[in-house]
Amino acid sequence: MTFSRTTRTVLLALSALVLLFVYAPLALVVLNSFNTSRTFAWPPPGLTTHWWGAALDSAGARNAVVVSVEVALMATAVALVLGTMAALALQRFRFFGRDTVSLLIVLPIALPGVVTGIALANAFLTIFGIELGMFSLVVSHATFCMVTVFNNAVARLRRLGGNLEEASMDLGAGTFRTFWSVTLPMMRSALLAGALLSFALSFDEIIVTTFTAGQGIQTLPIWIYQNLFRPNQAPVVNVVAAALIVASILPIWLSQRLAGTDEAVAAAR
Amino acid sequence: MVGQPAPGGGGAASAGVLHRRPRLRLGLLLGPPVLWLGVLYLGSLAALFITSLWTVDAFGGNIQRIWNLDNYRDLATLDVYRTITLRTLATAAAVTVIDALLAFPIALYMAKVASPRAQRLLVVAVLMPLWASYLVKAYAWRGMLATGGPLDSVGLSPGYGLAATVLTLSYLWLPYMILPMYAGLERLPGSLLEASADLGASTATTMRRVVLPVLFPAVVAGSIFTFSLTLGDYIAVKIVGGANQMLGNVVYDSFLTGNNTPFAAAVATIPVAVMLVYLAAVRRTGALDSL
Repeated sequence: MTFSRTTRTVLLALSALVLLFVYAPLALVVLNSFNTSRTFAWPPPGLTTHWWGAALDSAGARNAVVVSVEVALMATAVALVLGTMAALALQRFRFFGRDTVSLLIVLPIALPGVVTGIALANAFLTIFGIELGMFSLVVSHATFCMVTVFNNAVARLRRLGGNLEEASMDLGAGTFRTFWSVTLPMMRSALLAGALLSFALSFDEIIVTTFTAGQGIQTLPIWIYQNLFRPNQAPVVNVVAAALIVASILPIWLSQRLAGTDEAVAAAR
Repeated sequence: MVGQPAPGGGGAASAGVLHRRPRLRLGLLLGPPVLWLGVLYLGSLAALFITSLWTVDAFGGNIQRIWNLDNYRDLATLDVYRTITLRTLATAAAVTVIDALLAFPIALYMAKVASPRAQRLLVVAVLMPLWASYLVKAYAWRGMLATGGPLDSVGLSPGYGLAATVLTLSYLWLPYMILPMYAGLERLPGSLLEASADLGASTATTMRRVVLPVLFPAVVAGSIFTFSLTLGDYIAVKIVGGANQMLGNVVYDSFLTGNNTPFAAAVATIPVAVMLVYLAAVRRTGALDSL
C-alpha cells in the first residue's frame, strides 16, 4: 500500500461522510413516503403504507409515467441510431474537423439546459412553424441523449480496435456484412447500456422539457414539479419520489452488468 | 485501416462501392448526426442569438423584427441583471469548489485505496444517485432544510436561501465531479506513488507533486458540468432558494410568463458566452478529451 495508515483512515472517514451526505436526503424521502403525517413532521410520528396505495390510484401520476416512457423510448431510438453512427465515424476514421464534430456532440450537454430548451423552443415556433408537443419534445430529448449513446459506443470501439473488422473484410465480407455480423454484436451490450442511460436521462429531464413540450404534454418530472407545492398532494409526490429513487437502482445495475464499470463511468459523463 | 481494399472483394454491389470508397462511407455515417446537431442545434442557437437582437412591442405580445441592442443594453445597465449575473457566476464557482473538495477524498479512496470489490461497490454507490431523479434530489433538500426538519432539529439548517441553493446544487452535481476525478486517478500508476514515497516524499508532498497534476484536468472536466449545470438552473432555486433569482429564472420568466422571447434570448446568451469562453480556455488542458 502506498499511503500511510493514517492517510488511508482519514480518506475512509471522509469518504464515509461524503456517502452520508449523498444518501441521507434520499433516505429522508423514502422515510417520508411512509410518514403518517401529511406535513412530514420530523421525526415521523408514525409509519404507514397508506400513501403508496394513494399514489398508485393517482391517475395524474400514472398518465405522466406513460408519457415519460413514450418520450424516452422514442428519443432513445433516435439517439441510438445517430449516436452509433457518429461513434463509428469518429472512432474508425481520421478526418479534418474531427475535433469540431466531437465538440458538437458534447455541446448539447456542455451548454446549460435552459439554453438548449429555449433555443429549440424558439426554433420550433419561429423557424419551423411547428407547434410544441410530442414531436418537438422527442427531437429535443434525442439531441442531448445522443451523447450518452455516443460515449458508450466510443468507449467500446476504442477497446475493441479494428482488427476483427479488418479480418472480416479480408475474408471478403462487405461493409454492411461486417457491421452486421462483426461490429454490431461486439457493440451490443455497450449500446444497450447507452440506450438504458439515455432512457433514464430523458425520463428525468425537466428543464428542456418545460420549454419544448408545450402546454398539453405532462411528463413525470413536470407532474412532480406542478404538484410539489400543493400541500394536499405532498404525500403522493413523496411516494412517487421514493419510487423513483428505488427505481434508479435498476438502470445503473443493468448498465454495470452490460458494459462493465469503466465504460459505465465513461458513459455517465 | 479498415478502408484498405480487400483481396477478393465480394458482397453486394452497393456494399462494394462503399467498401472501395471510405470517404463515402464516412460521409454517410457522419451526415445524419452532423446535420441534426449542426443544422438543428447550432441553427437553433444562431436563431436564438438573432432573436435576442429583436424586441417585443409595447403591449408585450408581438416580436418586432427591428435590429437593435436594447436587450443587451438593459442587461448591461440595469442593476438587477448585473446582480443576478454575478450571483449566478458566484454560485457556479462556489458549487465547483465545494464539489472538488468533497469529491477529492472519495475519488482518491476509490481509485487508490479500496480493494477491487469495494471499488466496484463504491462506483455503483456514486453512480446510483446520478440516475435518481434531479427533481427528487432537489425536493429531498427541501425536506432536509425545512423548519423543524432533520437539519433544523440539530441546529444546522441554513433555511431556504442562497446558501441552501449552493448546498443543493453542490449535492446535485457532485457525481459529475467524483467520476472524472476517479477516472483520472485510476489511470495514475500506483508505482508512481510508491516511487514518490521511496524517494522520501511525505504524503503531503506526494499529493501536491504527483496526485494534484493528475487531478487538474479531471477537475476541469468535472467543472464544465458543475459550472454549466449551475448557470442554467432555475428549479433548485425555486425549490430551496427563497426569493433569490438566477439567470435561468430570468430566462424562464421572460420566455414563458413574460412572453418576451427576445429578452429571454439575450439573457440566455450570457451562459452560452461564459461556457464558450470556458471551453476555449480549458481546451489546452486536455479536459475536453475526457468528457
